[in-house]
Amino acid sequence: MDFSYTILIPLIPLALFVILGIFSKKIPASISGWMGSIGLGVTFVLSYYAAYQYYLNGKVNGVYQPFIYKYNWMNFTDKLHIDMGVLIDPISVMMLVVVSTISFMVHLYSRGYMKGDDGYTRFFAYLALFSFSMFGLVLATNLFQIYIFWELVGASSFLLIGYYYTKPSAVSAAKKAFIVTRFADFGFLVGILIIGYYTGTWDFQELNNPEGSVITNWASTSFMGLSVLTWALILIFMGGAGKSAMLPFHIWLPDAMEGPTPVSALIHAATMVVAGVYLVARLFPMYYFIEDGFALQVVAYVGAISSLFAAIIALTQNDIKRVLAFSTMSQIGYMMLALGVSGYHGHDGLGFMASMFHLFTHAMFKGLLFLAAGSVIHAIHSNYLQDMGGLRKYMPITHITFLIAALSISGVPFFAGFFSKDEILTAAYENNILIYISSVFVAGLTAFYMFRLYFGIFWGKDKEYEHTPHESPMSMTIPMMFLAFMSIAGGYIHFSKYISPDHMPFEAHLNYYLAAIASTVGLIGIVLAFIFYKKENNLSERFSHAFGIFYKWTYNKFYFDEIYLFVTKKIIFGLVAKPSAWFDKNVVDASMIGIGNVTESFSYKIKGMQSGKFQDYAMGFISGGVVIAIVVFYLWIN
Amino acid sequence: MIEGISIYEILTLSSIVFFVGVYGFFTRENLITVLMSIELILNASALNFVIINTYLYPDFLQGAVFSIFIIAMAAAETALAIAIIINLYKLVASVEVKDTEKLKY
Repeated sequence: MDFSYTILIPLIPLALFVILGIFSKKIPASISGWMGSIGLGVTFVLSYYAAYQYYLNGKVNGVYQPFIYKYNWMNFTDKLHIDMGVLIDPISVMMLVVVSTISFMVHLYSRGYMKGDDGYTRFFAYLALFSFSMFGLVLATNLFQIYIFWELVGASSFLLIGYYYTKPSAVSAAKKAFIVTRFADFGFLVGILIIGYYTGTWDFQELNNPEGSVITNWASTSFMGLSVLTWALILIFMGGAGKSAMLPFHIWLPDAMEGPTPVSALIHAATMVVAGVYLVARLFPMYYFIEDGFALQVVAYVGAISSLFAAIIALTQNDIKRVLAFSTMSQIGYMMLALGVSGYHGHDGLGFMASMFHLFTHAMFKGLLFLAAGSVIHAIHSNYLQDMGGLRKYMPITHITFLIAALSISGVPFFAGFFSKDEILTAAYENNILIYISSVFVAGLTAFYMFRLYFGIFWGKDKEYEHTPHESPMSMTIPMMFLAFMSIAGGYIHFSKYISPDHMPFEAHLNYYLAAIASTVGLIGIVLAFIFYKKENNLSERFSHAFGIFYKWTYNKFYFDEIYLFVTKKIIFGLVAKPSAWFDKNVVDASMIGIGNVTESFSYKIKGMQSGKFQDYAMGFISGGVVIAIVVFYLWIN
Repeated sequence: MIEGISIYEILTLSSIVFFVGVYGFFTRENLITVLMSIELILNASALNFVIINTYLYPDFLQGAVFSIFIIAMAAAETALAIAIIINLYKLVASVEVKDTEKLKY
């Protein structure tokens, strides 16, 4: 089988970026939108074709084979080198499908959403750059290549968050996102270097081989009680946590909502933020086998805590995009914890499969939620829940699609989210009961805050609008309808047939007992939201008063931003930067200035020797010459 | 080779001219005469070149060529010095050495 055409998948967006970027002033808006959409449409078709071909025929003796096309790019030693290439295996093909679907839909949607914007062509150029980097990340064959594209997606995320560059809040949000993720990526880089140093390879095939020398020799070097490779994996996970907005690196994600809404749907809901999950999944055999999965435990707990934490914050936020941002963080926490509790062989790999399954369904329904939220924002020009209400009469399509996505994320039976969430809960139940309980609780919270949004936007009070809101144009509603279809149909794909840690298909069955618990909890959340927010009433205010200080804490996102500001401003700037500045000014600079001052005052003392008469100087010169001549003559004589 | 005059006599002459120049350079008050003293020094050395060439290496011409160089250089140097002196005169309305002390620091 030949998959070499997959190289086109990243290259088409790259070409689009170059063309649209260079000629952004020349290409009129009407053409650039179509160019972007058609280009991504081609990658969409190629990705689906690759998936079709791979999942149907990629097996040899019941095991999915990886297909690798690469060339040697840079050599360090005989063994350690960086390759550039394309790796086709079950999870990369799955990611290709996710990224190309969402990217294509967002391109179509943006044609309507960004209409009339000054930077229309620039916007499509950035979207193409992002798509290129994301495809490159997904197809990377080794750690260094993934790191290069990892940084590229970070840079394009920065460009797109700061797209409205005249808005100070957007500029600072872009900076924040870049700095926080870049800080986390520092850990990633150190991890890569440790792996390169101790194992001598970056190639995924060599690293991930369970019988290979890397995994079998993990105990050879240790540092502070843990294997160095465990440290490397924890550091790599730090990079993943930064991109995926896990605790404590989540602070950039809510602010990133300053970007245009299609960008939030593409980057900050469906694709870039799941790069961390993809990274852990990519190195899963290492995480699982090295030190008996110590690093994987870290992943599981970070994921579980983040998902709970984000779900609680999402309850109190009033900016609809921020609620969705925290919801994204919470769902990514789910994926992380599913990876964390997963085993390797056969049916034990359920968590891994569930994580990828949830990644897939989440991309569809969360992308849809953002697109629908964008459609609402487009209609009433506000992000805040207080300005919304009763919109179901004006925007029927947005209403229905949003409802489908909300039902899906809440885990209501027969929607996509139900199936993937059930697999995650089953995996958690089989491995770690504590994480299971917290996840079920999060499922209830998710349903509650999602339907708080839903009732708040489309039902609730009947508001008088200055301009009557109306349904968005076809260019925006068609992608939403497609994603709504995927938010239902996506759940019926038998992921366990395609994806597992050891590349061998297995049978996963719905656990009816656990599914019943999860969906009951979800329905309780929905009913509560119905009571609170269906009709305008003061129940929610009474409750928030009852919770008092806890409500205030949650509303302020547990003061995480303030803690970071305290650490940077007071501790780093105050206790480290200021003394260093003082040392630099008063010791390093001062000694140099001192030398200069001494020389200057000394020269003032002796300047009287200069008479200003050139004949005196000539006298000095000549007599000096005579003295030297005499000395030389005397020495010559002797 | 000049009949009846030995190299020593001519070298003595050139030494005298040289030291007269040096003396003038150190003691004259007027910049123009200082300049003239410099010309004397240069002429003394040019004379040395020619004489040593003629008496010791009559088959070669390097000394004579060098003296032509010295004359050219002296002309250029004089032009430059005169220009400086004229500018100085514009500044302080004098060509006395003692009035140039302003330039010290």
